[in-house]
Amino acid sequence: MRRDIFQAIADPTRRAIIVLIALQAMTPNAIADNFNTTRQAVSKHLRILTECEIVKQEQKGREIFYSLEIDKMKEIDKWLEQFRKIWETKFNQLDNLLSTIKKQKK
Amino acid sequence: MNNLQFDFTVDKSTNSVFITREFDAELPLVWDAFTKPEILDQWWAPKPLTSKTKNMDFKVGGRRFYAMIGPDGQEHWGIQDFTSISPKTNFKWVSSFTDKDENINTELPSSNWDLNFSEQAGKTKVSIVIKHKTLANIEMLIQMGFKEGFTMTLNFLEELLTKKI
Repeated sequence: MRRDIFQAIADPTRRAIIVLIALQAMTPNAIADNFNTTRQAVSKHLRILTECEIVKQEQKGREIFYSLEIDKMKEIDKWLEQFRKIWETKFNQLDNLLSTIKKQKK
Repeated sequence: MNNLQFDFTVDKSTNSVFITREFDAELPLVWDAFTKPEILDQWWAPKPLTSKTKNMDFKVGGRRFYAMIGPDGQEHWGIQDFTSISPKTNFKWVSSFTDKDENINTELPSSNWDLNFSEQAGKTKVSIVIKHKTLANIEMLIQMGFKEGFTMTLNFLEELLTKKI
């Protein structure tokens, strides 16, 4: 199954994990300590995040550390910004139109 | 540029887009701008696209059948089926893509639109919620958004170049 960044952020727990590891690389256990769910559940979210290529794993000694792929996160912003711009353009067009119509009525 | 409120948020967990915008005009005029085809066609498509409504019957069970036309003349047809109307307060539609003969393209995502209108001190606030059925639909929208976004970028570039000259 193909996964992308938007699946990564579709779940509230995954969003919370992203916020956590944005600050520093963390082990699965350290991440799980922040949630009331099971470690298995956190592992599953980490697996999905890894498949979405939004987090990367790094082996340090015996431990695996998870950290955020910042560039991937920027893709989301980029898309949202474009989508937002489309609406901004539409609404600015409507502003101009409304002001023209108001003038005509006077 | 102006002090009119503009909020834009996307909630991926509910497949929804929330847009709120204020307009410096009284409610009846803003309502007309969203519900009368001759006004809609003047702003609904973001430049350089243009909008052309072929027919529109603004009543519950009625439909707007329209095209977004690209600068290359390519037409993208769609419909809005009106499912609920509370005059000057709220209306809802289901949006789908069609071919030029009004046949719905079931491979492209449909979405549910909910628009609320309210007026305060001569300014009208419009709140729009666009809900998609599945995450897959959002993905498709993303791809189309990229396409439109690219067109927009070209448009900005063109404007910029015109100003320089």
